[in-house]
Amino acid sequence: MKEVINLPVKNIEEEEYHINMGPQHPSTHGVLRLVVSLQGEIVKSLKPHCGYIHRGIEKMCEKDTYPQIIHLTDRMDYLSAHINNHAVCLLVEKALEVEVPERVKYIRTIIDELNRIASHQLWWCSFGMDMGGLTCYFYGLRDREHILDIFEESFGSRLLHSYYTPGGLMMDIHPNFQKGVKDFIKYFRKKIKDYDDILTGNVIMQARTKGVGILSKEDAISYGVTGPSGRASGFACDVRKHDPYGVYDKVDFKEILGTEGDTFTRYMMRMHEMRESMKIIEQLIDNVPAGDYTAKMKAVLKLPAGEYYQRVEASRGELGVYVISDGNKTPYRMKFRSPNFSNLSALDHMSRGVKIADLVAIGGSLDYVIPDIDR
Amino acid sequence: MDNAALKERILGLVPGAEFQENKQFLTFIIPPAKMHELAVSLKNEPDLAFDYLFCLSGVDMVKFLEVVYHLESTTFGHQLVLKVRTEDRVNGAVDTVCDIWRTAEFHEREVYDLMGIRFTNHPDLRRLFLEEGWIGHPLRKDYVDEVNIVEL
Repeated sequence: MKEVINLPVKNIEEEEYHINMGPQHPSTHGVLRLVVSLQGEIVKSLKPHCGYIHRGIEKMCEKDTYPQIIHLTDRMDYLSAHINNHAVCLLVEKALEVEVPERVKYIRTIIDELNRIASHQLWWCSFGMDMGGLTCYFYGLRDREHILDIFEESFGSRLLHSYYTPGGLMMDIHPNFQKGVKDFIKYFRKKIKDYDDILTGNVIMQARTKGVGILSKEDAISYGVTGPSGRASGFACDVRKHDPYGVYDKVDFKEILGTEGDTFTRYMMRMHEMRESMKIIEQLIDNVPAGDYTAKMKAVLKLPAGEYYQRVEASRGELGVYVISDGNKTPYRMKFRSPNFSNLSALDHMSRGVKIADLVAIGGSLDYVIPDIDR
Repeated sequence: MDNAALKERILGLVPGAEFQENKQFLTFIIPPAKMHELAVSLKNEPDLAFDYLFCLSGVDMVKFLEVVYHLESTTFGHQLVLKVRTEDRVNGAVDTVCDIWRTAEFHEREVYDLMGIRFTNHPDLRRLFLEEGWIGHPLRKDYVDEVNIVEL
């Protein structure tokens, strides 16, 4: 007769256990590891482990000149590369008290908004994929391609552009640029309706996102959650409104605020933002003034000794650049306050008590880009 | 509140605060022992209401290490920069503010990791980017890494 071995049986419903989500997990959209404590399938707490793509950009900046630093900022949040470049350019221009030509301000604002749309398109398609709708992924990438083509035609690169330089632009826009942008807006106005049809109105998607991962306004401010994620909680944090740069003070657009602070509201914020961005571009594209594409700058840029801070609205939130200069051509200390870093810190708070599948939805709605967290 | 009124208000709260000239922000150097107490007042006093810590940085000024807090009030829109200094490069410590502004928890871990400033009463002060057991703090000016940092 076979001997029966009695193994101790534990009730896994009651016991807490840990799961490593990442560093290789499709829903983290990069190399981020989340150590999730679970009871059954309920998330009890969560600890992000960062640093898998830490390159020490802040340390590298201390050895680089300001025009060189622009190339590093592309590689933080690569989906809002132009906006990151803009932050450094504005900071250098502010420190050197350079007035850039109107034409530059217009072009920068248009390209920032195109970049924001491209970034939100990629967010939308990957969020759809996280929710199980693979069609979204192809729709989003198909439409993003149009913007990348415009970028490629005008300045030769599709992802990491480094198009802005302190004082202006690297080169003038392509003669086809304005027509290309207008054609794209016309095209995308139709296509964004498909986005709503295929995903926004989807019952499964709504059931999985409404009331999930709620972040209150107080918590959003306390955790420094900015961008569409912060605005979904009612935190009026749009730098374009509160501290305008470029020509944002001359255009008419709304800072849309949510009230619920759940995953669905964060989703809707970005959908609204794409439409607002198109509205901004439409107001500017026919009015780009003639003139130089760059101000006259010295060959070597030395910032006067002192401290400078510049904030811009990147596609995921507020990007801050803090520079301490000792009067040399390289900064003494350069700090980037990246939006994803602060947004990630709220993930633990938001996901306590949800099911592990909802964690994917919450992460998708925060739209983190890992190189921006790690820098 | 405008900057002149704010300046009076801060000096009233912390008499030992040292005003620092800065074009962009109203800046003060705060004695480390007073920082936490001041932070509580800044957050809770209804006329100050600094509820948004939008940047927290560590700086190595060689003579001392410095933590820089960039604060904003989302109600009134006024901004303020506070600096806390420590001269002890081995055990230099500053009180945590992450019980007041939750975002500080991650930012302070980053500062501890890369700059080596400790934060007392921090709930989870571990390295954030680098692995446990890493020697040194890379953002310090005296950090040497002959393999990965190429001197030109």
